[in-house]
This record gives sequence, C-alpha cells and structure tokens, in this order.
Amino acid sequence: MNNSSLEYQQKTLLQGLNWQDWLYAAIMFGGAIFAYDKYAHYMDIYETVFLFGAAALSSYLGWRWKALSKLVLGVGVISLVSISLYNGSQARATQEFLLKFLISSQSAIMWMNVLFVLAMVTYWFALYKRSDFTGKVASALTWSAVLFGFVGLMVRWYESYLIAPDVGHIPISNLYEVFVLFCLITALLYLHYEQKLNTRQLGGFVLLVINAAVGFILWYTFDRQANGIQPLVPALQSYWMKIHVPANFIGYGSFSLAAMVASAYLLSSKGVLTSRLPSLDVLDDLMYKAIAVGFAFFTIATILGAMWAAEAWGGYWSWDPKETWALIVWLNYAAWLHLRMVKGLRGPMLAWWALIGLIVTTFAFLGVNMFLSGLHSYGTL
Amino acid sequence: MRFAVSLLSVLGIASVVGTVLKQNEPYENYIIKFGQFWFGLFEHLGLYDVYHSGWFLLILLFLVVSTSLCIYRNSPLMLKEWRTFKEHATEKSLKAFSHQETYPASSGLEDLKKQLTHFLTAKGFQYKFRTQADGSELIAAKAGTHQRWGYIFTHVAMVIILFGGLLDGNLPFKVQEMLGYKRIETLDIPESQVPAVSRLSISNPSFRANMTLPEGTSDNVAFVRVRDGYLVQELPFRVALKDFRIEHYATGQPKSFESDLVIIDPDLKEPITKTISVNHPLTYKGIAIYQSDFQDGGTKLNFKVWNLFKPNAEPQALNGAIFQKGVLGEGESALKVEYNDFRKFNIINMSPDGKGKPHNVGPNITYKLRDNRGQAIEYVTYMQPMQIDGRHYFLSGMRETVSDDFKYLRIPVDSDFSLNGFMSFRATMMDATKYPEIADKIAANSLDVKKDPAIKKQFKDSVVQLLNVFAQGGYSHVAQIIEKSVPEKERETVARTYIKMISVAAYEAYNMSLAANHKPLLAASADTETLLRDSLNAFSDMFFYGTPYYLQLEQFEHKEASGLQLTKSPGQKWVYLGSVLLVLGIFAMMYIRERRIWLTIKPDAKQVHFAMASNRKNLDFEKEFNLYREQLRNVIS
Repeated sequence: MNNSSLEYQQKTLLQGLNWQDWLYAAIMFGGAIFAYDKYAHYMDIYETVFLFGAAALSSYLGWRWKALSKLVLGVGVISLVSISLYNGSQARATQEFLLKFLISSQSAIMWMNVLFVLAMVTYWFALYKRSDFTGKVASALTWSAVLFGFVGLMVRWYESYLIAPDVGHIPISNLYEVFVLFCLITALLYLHYEQKLNTRQLGGFVLLVINAAVGFILWYTFDRQANGIQPLVPALQSYWMKIHVPANFIGYGSFSLAAMVASAYLLSSKGVLTSRLPSLDVLDDLMYKAIAVGFAFFTIATILGAMWAAEAWGGYWSWDPKETWALIVWLNYAAWLHLRMVKGLRGPMLAWWALIGLIVTTFAFLGVNMFLSGLHSYGTL
Repeated sequence: MRFAVSLLSVLGIASVVGTVLKQNEPYENYIIKFGQFWFGLFEHLGLYDVYHSGWFLLILLFLVVSTSLCIYRNSPLMLKEWRTFKEHATEKSLKAFSHQETYPASSGLEDLKKQLTHFLTAKGFQYKFRTQADGSELIAAKAGTHQRWGYIFTHVAMVIILFGGLLDGNLPFKVQEMLGYKRIETLDIPESQVPAVSRLSISNPSFRANMTLPEGTSDNVAFVRVRDGYLVQELPFRVALKDFRIEHYATGQPKSFESDLVIIDPDLKEPITKTISVNHPLTYKGIAIYQSDFQDGGTKLNFKVWNLFKPNAEPQALNGAIFQKGVLGEGESALKVEYNDFRKFNIINMSPDGKGKPHNVGPNITYKLRDNRGQAIEYVTYMQPMQIDGRHYFLSGMRETVSDDFKYLRIPVDSDFSLNGFMSFRATMMDATKYPEIADKIAANSLDVKKDPAIKKQFKDSVVQLLNVFAQGGYSHVAQIIEKSVPEKERETVARTYIKMISVAAYEAYNMSLAANHKPLLAASADTETLLRDSLNAFSDMFFYGTPYYLQLEQFEHKEASGLQLTKSPGQKWVYLGSVLLVLGIFAMMYIRERRIWLTIKPDAKQVHFAMASNRKNLDFEKEFNLYREQLRNVIS
C-alpha cells in the first residue's frame, strides 16, 4: 500500500524544490536587500513593499516555471554588465562597443525587434516543414528576444536616472515603453503555454500580433523619434504606475494571445493547417485559459486604475474615455466568459468573438489615445 | 440573466456614445457642431452628460435590482452545491456518467475504504460515507466547491460597486431637481448672489466640486458644474491658499504642481497646514482636496505701449492685472483692454518639421481690445523673442473670433535683442519729414542720379512719394497703387523697382534711426539684408494687426491661482469592498475547479465503481480523470 500511495502522492511546491531553486530565491532576495540597503531613503513604503514583493514574486514564478528563473538571472546579469559599462555616463551608450551594438537600452530593444521577426519566420517555417528542430530554434529565438527586451527595459530604467535623478522612472510610462512591455508579456505568456502544452505550432500565430507591435515600435522610433526618455508628468509620478501598468498589459497580452489562438482555431476548423495545428479541443481550452488570465488581470488593473484615479484625478471613476473603454472591454470578456461557463457555449462563435475582442481591446489601448481626448492622454500618436 | 445582459449591452453602447461625443462641453460648442435641431434632440436625450442622465442611472438601478434578484434566486442553490457531497447519488445515475470505471478488488472492505480515502485525501478531496440500499458502501467526495462562492462574490460585488457608485452619483440632486427643490444657476453672477435654490448645504452627502483660489486668498464654497450651469457647494470649513508652485524639469516640462493650503475651521484648535500636490490629496472631514489645475490669479503687468502708426518711438506706460480692464487711447476711438491670461511658461515645439524637442519660450499674455461698439480682437503676445529658422523675433498674434487661428506679427530683434531697433526704424519710416533726407542719401549713393540735378530732383520726388505710399499701408498698399496707375504689362517691372527702392530706403532709414540713438550703423551684409526684409515685412503686416497699439510686456508680478477639486465620496469604500470581492470571486470562479468523485464498494468488496464529474468539463478535467483512473487501478488492485 505504501508503494502505491507514493505513486499518486502529489508533491507540494516546496517539497519539489531543489538547492538551485533555493539559491535562486536567495539571489532574488539578496538583490532586493542590496537595493534596499543602497536606496532605501529614496523609496517610500509602497516602493519598499514592491521591491520585496518583486523578489517574492520572481522567486515564486521561477519555482513554478524553471525556464523563467533562467531568464530572470540572464536579464539580471546582462543588465548589470551593461550598467557597469555605462559607468555613470549616458554618452557611453554610443561610445562603448558592447553598449553601442548590443546592450545599451536602444540596441537591446532593437535586437528584441530583430529576434522577434526572425522567430516568427522560423516558427512558420517549422510549421510548414513540420520540423521539430526548427521549432526549437524558433523558441530559442523568442526566448532571446524576451531576454534582450527585458535587458533593454532594465537598462532604460537606469539610463533615465543618468539623464537627471529627478527624471528617472520605471520605463512603462509612454507608448514606446509599453509596446515593448506588451511584446515581452505576450511572448512570455505564449512561451509558458508552449512549454505546458508541448506544442510549438502556435508560435507563428502569436508572433504575428507581437510583430505588429514591433512594427509599431519601429515606426514610432524611426518616423516619430518617440523612443527618447521623457520626464514624467505630475499625474504619473506615483507608485501606482508600477502595478497598474503591468497588470493591464498582462490583460492586453492575454487577450491578444487568445485572439491569435482563436485565429488558429478558425483556420483549423475550416480545414486549413488542420493537420499541423493542435486539436481544436486544445486550441479551445487554451483560448479560454488565456481569456481567463487576461480577464482576472484586467479586472485587477482596472481596479488599481480606479484607486489611482481616486488619488490623482479626484475620483475613482470619472467616465473618462479610457475608463469607459476599459469597462467596455471588461463587459465584453465578462460576457464571453459567461456564455462559455454558464451556457457551456463552445466552438467557432467564441473564437470569432475572441478575435473581434482584440479589436475592442486595441481600441481601448490605442484608439482612445488616438481619437478621443481625456485625462489618460499619456501616449499620443 | 438575459435581461441583465441586455441592460449591460445598452450600458455598453451608451458608454461608447459618451466617449465619442465629448462630454460636458459648453453648450455653444454643441450648437455650432450639430446645429439647433440636433442640439435640441441630443440635449433632450441627455447625451452631453450621458453618465448622469436619468435613463443611464435608471439602467444602473435596474442592474442593481436584477442582479440582486439573481443572487436571491441562485445563492441558496450555490450554497447547497458548496456544502453537499451528493452522497444520495443512486447507483443507476452513477452508471450513466460519462466518466466512470469499474475495478475488480481483492482486499477487504476496511482496507479498501482506507486506501480509497487515503487516495482522496492526497488529492485534496473531502469525503463522506453512505451505505446504499443494496448494502454497498458509497464514498462521495468533493473538491474545489469553493468555486461556488465565486458566483456569489462576483455578483454581490457588482451590486455593492453599483450601490457605491449610486451613492456617489447625483441621484439625490436629480430627484430634488425633478421635484423643483433645486435648480442649476446658469448666470455668471457673484457667488454671494446665487439664490438658495442653487446652493447645496454642507450636509450634502456626496459631491465633486471645484474651487479656484488665487494665492493669498481663502474661500468656503466650491462650484459643482452641472450641464450648462452650476451649483454652489458650501463647505464646513474654509480653505486658504498660501502659495502655489510649479516646478519644472531641466527641459522645461512641468514636474510638480503644489499648493500650500491652510484649513480653517472653528472645530480646530489650530488651522491645518498642508501642502498638496497631484497624487497627494488632503482629506479633512470626509472631503478630499485635490490639486487639479491652475490658472492665473491676477498677475500684475507693466507694459510699454507703442503706437505703431505714430512717427515717434516713445512708448507710453500701461499697468494692469489679469482679470482686470484698462483703457487705451481717448474719446471715440478709445479701446478697452481686457487682460485675460498670463502664462509664465510656454512649452512649444518650434522645430520646423515638428519633430524636435519642445522647449520653453517664456511668458506670454493674452488680452482683448474692445472698441466702443463692443467688437473685440484677441491678442497673444510673447514677452521674449523666439527663435524661428535661426533668427529671433518678437511674436504677437491676433484673431477676431475664437474659432480662428492666431495670425502672427513677427518683429525682428535688433542687435541688443530688443524691440527698440524696429520701433525706431518704424518711426522713421512713418515720419514724412524724414523722407527727403532718405531720398538724398539714396541719391548720393547712386552715380547716375548724382550728376544731373533734374534727374536728382525727379528721383527724390519719386522716393518721397513712394515712401508716403508705403507708410500708408505697406506693400499691399503699394501694390494697390501700382494696380491702379500702371498698365498691366509694366506692373512687374515697376513693382520690382519699387521693392528695390523701398529696401534701399529702409537701409538708410534704419541707419538714420540708429545714428539718432547713437548706435553703430548696419554694414551691408547678408544679415543686414535679412534684417531689413524682416523689418519691412513686419512693417507691412502692422497694417493688418487690427490696432495701432502694440503692448510690450515689460515686467510682471506673477500671482497664480490653484485649481482645487473637492470631493466627498461616501460610496468609495463600498466600491473598494466590491472590488475586493470581485477579484476574489473571479479567481474563485476561474481557478478553483469543482470536481466530485463517487467510489462505490460493492457489498462483497470484490468490485469498486469510480465515477467522476465536474460542473465544467474541459481538458484539465479529462486529464485529471484519466490520471485518477489509472492511479486508482493501482490503488485498488
């Protein structure tokens, strides 16, 4: 009996940890303590909580998803190398060879763009050739893109303080920066499911939406020169930004992922690529999971936004266009989930809906900034 | 639920309308945009303030009611599902399950029970025994039934959030307005004259009001904007503004807006002194005071007034203050000056392609000049010269209606970066007594003209005449004269000659004005040419400036007013409570999976029947079922 019980006994998360996991967590908290020791007097209580919260969160996520811990360490090491090369002078971004061509914030983000494009092409090639090896290469390219993207953001964060100490801020404050964040979060969500479902066939689809964002970044950089670091307007100078924006982009990223899976679903159900793609059941399930994650985080983000608005704009809800469109997006996915969970609806109809949902989401994210004016005008085109 | 969903759809559409149609604009803007007919219709529908219109609130109210009913109907069921082990399932119904398996068993009943319950516990299931009618032993187990709380939490959350929102909405006012107890004030009258029917007392439970406080003043009322009017909200305390500050980044963009406030209240032993800024409000007596915007608080201004058309360069002094009025000139032609706004910082993108970085171009002043018929022209004048295409100019714009863009007069700076050079030049060009001297100087420089006295006289006369024409209306007046008196074929040649002559004359005039002021003269160079061209253009444009008066801002004593927003929002804590419930509910609904297992041990303990079900069948459930089926096979055999 003991033998058989061992077979089904599920290990808890803590039981399943090995010494590398503990070392990883120690490094996370070591880093947090180091930062706290060095910069505590610049931080308020919320930022202190976020700092240690970030250490706890990255430990937990790294334990749950081992590949992520490698990414976190990689981003940490390369960012530190880059920062040490800057040596306190922003001008070195264009003088130091390694910075100029690889890991200054602008170069790293450019590498991210290039790698995402390559990854997409490779994913599609792998899908076409049914080649497992090519698929693995595509995954590796995507991971590298994410690595460079995060290094780019980290270094940009540091760089903002080099411009002037009062200019320094987390790089999620304008459209350029959040587009990078969007690419990274969407890619990470995808990579998570790729590993979990052990399927690489969806990469080409998801990378489509990521590369649309890459296209935007490139246009924004080269046509608008909007890649510079701008100081924060007073309304954005708040610890709320550090949680509101990432939560929102987990939402946007998940919704985009769901829409891309939906497009794969629709193609497959019409007989296109059916033999190459995962089964409809798997696609349907993935679409649901992505929307569920997105909905949960979008809810949190909207609530955090309301709480922030209560501090910055004088009311938790002002029917500002951004707020109203967030509500519309929320209602849209709430209805989607309702129909699926309560009415048990499945099939192409939900897939179409998820795809159209992306249009609504995009309008809430971009369209509001472009066409409607309001309080939330932090990124304009 | 169908009703609730349709209500939500209407709500969604109404919300979209509210974002597309800009809300709470001055009503004139809507009339201009839609015309009288549509304006009236839209006003009737309440589209200018959708979110506070009667029908919108009614939908919200319906939502509260229908969601409450939904909770009332379904909660008992949910709670039952949460508690029950469903141990009354019959063998027959279990046999009909889509997910089931039968195993042969060999160990005894007690052993089996132990093994199976051990398995269930390991998987996180709770269980209950029940002996069936035929003597078989049923183990009914459940896991994740907390999911059912998700339903209750999310729906209760909706009701609480909407309730909180309604508390903070303007429903009480709406009702009072409908019953005739309250009325909005639409006239621009002093606050003290606003009648009681348009005032909200300090007992008003919720409001969102605005207050503009100039530095060094205090007030105990705020204004609530409603449609095309307002209400006066009385406050239980007095707010005084000691100082308002804007800090800037090195690039000129604003870094912070701060107000040093003092709260004066008889209930307080000492007044509260606190600095508020964006993101850092002050809450006192349930009223939160926010830094919302800022405007001028009556900055004192000292001007030099130049009369552009007078042949002298002596400006008059003029003093004024923002929001006050002054007078220019005398008698019939006197103009009223209305000082409207002063801005100390103006961040403008001056790069030609619009791609460069914006920077601060210094203070500007906006004012209106109104004649005795009531016609006004609006002006905006910058205090410091601005760099355009590498050269510096004083800019002053004018427009006749608000919908027009400003048309700018660009006056080039002199070598001291001041306006005086142009003004002296302008005075010389306006002064007919100087024309002979100018003509003389031109003639002296021209070999052809110098020799023959007759030609010289003729030449001088024509220069004087030309300058007279030019002084009456600049280039366009010269063009008119040409059009009138010169045959069409020769016009171009004549115009070219005139322009050449005017620019030569301008060179002499400029140098004469410099000499008179004991300044170094202009050398003949490309720079001088550009300066003269700019000066002549400015001179010509003067005639389209709409007034002879050019107000040069000399000095200012900056006084700002802070825009405060005061809110009392008793619904906020409800909304937050609802939000917490909502998040808990969503996570419970989506991440807790309800699963049930029934294990039936036949009376002889020779067979075990396994059935599994979930209220949501998906891939995870299939996987789990397949796993358990195999693991149970090992456990039982």
